[in-house]
Amino acid sequence: MVASIGIQTFTDALALGAIYALMAVGIGLVFGVLRLVNFAYGQLIMVGAYTLAFTSSWPLAASLLTCVAIVVAFSLLMDLVVFRPLRNQSPAVMLVTTFAIAFLLQAIALIVDLRDKFLGQVVFSSITSLNESISIGGVDVRKVTILAVGVSLVALVIIALLLNKTTIGLHTRAAASDFRTARLLGVRANRVITFAVVISGVLAAAVAMLLVVGNPLVTPDYALHETIVVLIGVVVGGIDRLWTATLGGFAIGFASGVINALLPTDSTVYLPAVLFGLVIVVLLLRPAGLFAWGRRTRVERV
Amino acid sequence: MRRYLEPLPQLLGPIVVVIAVGAVATTVSPANKIYFLSALVSVAMVVAIYVFVGNSGVISFGQTSFVAVGAFAAGVMTVPLDSKKGVLTGLFPFLRDHSIANIPSLLLAAAIGGIFALVAGLPLMRLSGLSAGIATFALLEITHNILQQWTKIGPGATTLSLVPESTGALQATIGAIVAIAVAFLYQRSRLGRQLRATREDPAAARGIGINVHRQRLWAFTLSGALAGFAGALFVHLLGSITTEQVYLELTFITLAMLVFGGIGSLWGAVVGALAISGLDSFLSQAEQGVHIGFKLDLPTGSHLVFLAAIMALVLILRPSGLTGGREFSLSLPKRR
Repeated sequence: MVASIGIQTFTDALALGAIYALMAVGIGLVFGVLRLVNFAYGQLIMVGAYTLAFTSSWPLAASLLTCVAIVVAFSLLMDLVVFRPLRNQSPAVMLVTTFAIAFLLQAIALIVDLRDKFLGQVVFSSITSLNESISIGGVDVRKVTILAVGVSLVALVIIALLLNKTTIGLHTRAAASDFRTARLLGVRANRVITFAVVISGVLAAAVAMLLVVGNPLVTPDYALHETIVVLIGVVVGGIDRLWTATLGGFAIGFASGVINALLPTDSTVYLPAVLFGLVIVVLLLRPAGLFAWGRRTRVERV
Repeated sequence: MRRYLEPLPQLLGPIVVVIAVGAVATTVSPANKIYFLSALVSVAMVVAIYVFVGNSGVISFGQTSFVAVGAFAAGVMTVPLDSKKGVLTGLFPFLRDHSIANIPSLLLAAAIGGIFALVAGLPLMRLSGLSAGIATFALLEITHNILQQWTKIGPGATTLSLVPESTGALQATIGAIVAIAVAFLYQRSRLGRQLRATREDPAAARGIGINVHRQRLWAFTLSGALAGFAGALFVHLLGSITTEQVYLELTFITLAMLVFGGIGSLWGAVVGALAISGLDSFLSQAEQGVHIGFKLDLPTGSHLVFLAAIMALVLILRPSGLTGGREFSLSLPKRR
């Protein structure tokens, strides 16, 4: 059984995990500074995918840059219009609000989509070649798999460097561990939040680029399902810290790839049920987070 | 007894508006009747969600699972026997060879919704605030996945049709009132008050000996039973249903209703459900073109844009909703 899973499955699962890890960083960064679970993160990716679709006749570099610019602009707009007024609300209110924003963007996309029917089947001739396989040591690996893993690794290293080696990164980490104290010590709240929001936007654009290769059919609910999965993964991993959240995102992507291969062919349709059933079991065993080693569940004090 | 009798006027508002909507439904044309009846079914659903979310303060995206299970249980069990054997061939023989009447199907849906919520709540309610909210998504995904794929218990990915359309004005009105009355009795009861205490201050509530986990589980179970019941009303209203109709969009709309009305009160749940249903019906009409002095013709799909925008605006500007979390009262709210 294990042998039949093979390296092919392993690399595919790795690629999925890598993409989910990027999304987890995007969600985790914003959560760190704002204590806000951004359900509308998937819609940023959706906006990015639509941008790529609309600009698919442009030169590739121009199309990709436009995608980043537009997604970052949306991300900043979301911060300005939604996150800022909500900064002092309870997590539940913030979560439901981003839920509403997600549906708002999705509903707007639906209207755009119905008007421009040509979007139905978008083929990016320049990037679909990434779906071709190359042979490494006798194993066929799709180019996009290597690209996804590579982009994710590079992005994670850059973010780790940004957070650890720059002043703004230090401020962000300080704000993530205790926002009020950090402000008292002179960290500028708005700058830190803008930093996190911009990085999270860039990551959403990167995820959009990676996703359209495998799934060029852009729809209003693009990345919606992925976002739900990653949000759950982030909570499973431990949302309190960026690296546990990232690992959680990776783990749920990787696990869904592996479980998909392990299930008998006629029951792969039950993948979500098996995956999320597993999630509930893990949450039960480790409510503070799968990767939150050596820390007890936070005790609430009166 | 005073605990229930004294705040009885709080029930007056919700019940009077529900009866009014039901009464209007009997006078309008059959084409418009569906809007009023679905508003009443929405009241039942939103009140069901309120029983858990409103009283516990924990957000749940999973209550739609119980609506779905209730709807499919009631739907599958009431398809007439002679047509059932032809259409739902994949069912377990026991389900295929038996059909039940309307009222038993409502009770069955409530029972199944409640049992399912109890079983699912056992693990889920152990989680705290935010994790619990996200984890209920896992529940919604599992339920949707199984209902959509397992053709031994239902129609799978195809449409379940030929369900008797027994939710008329009377059944919708009584159904909504039953949900409201159960929610009222619960929130005035000892259990309900303990849960509301944990909502205000979990640590202090624990300090006076309230078992937070157990109280949340009770509310989750009751909420599941009411949601299953509402699902049964829903399927009997529509006559046919797919799993997509009881998934993300319904979760979104029902939560929008609750938040719009005010998450913390029963009156808020009722007001929110009726207000958003009314607005949604109007906007759906406007997508076909409607005359209100001038011709209003909205692009297809725009009703969701308005709903989402309104929900977001209310949350940003007035997070406590229209009613501000207050129950219905005959006297004007006191100024502080």
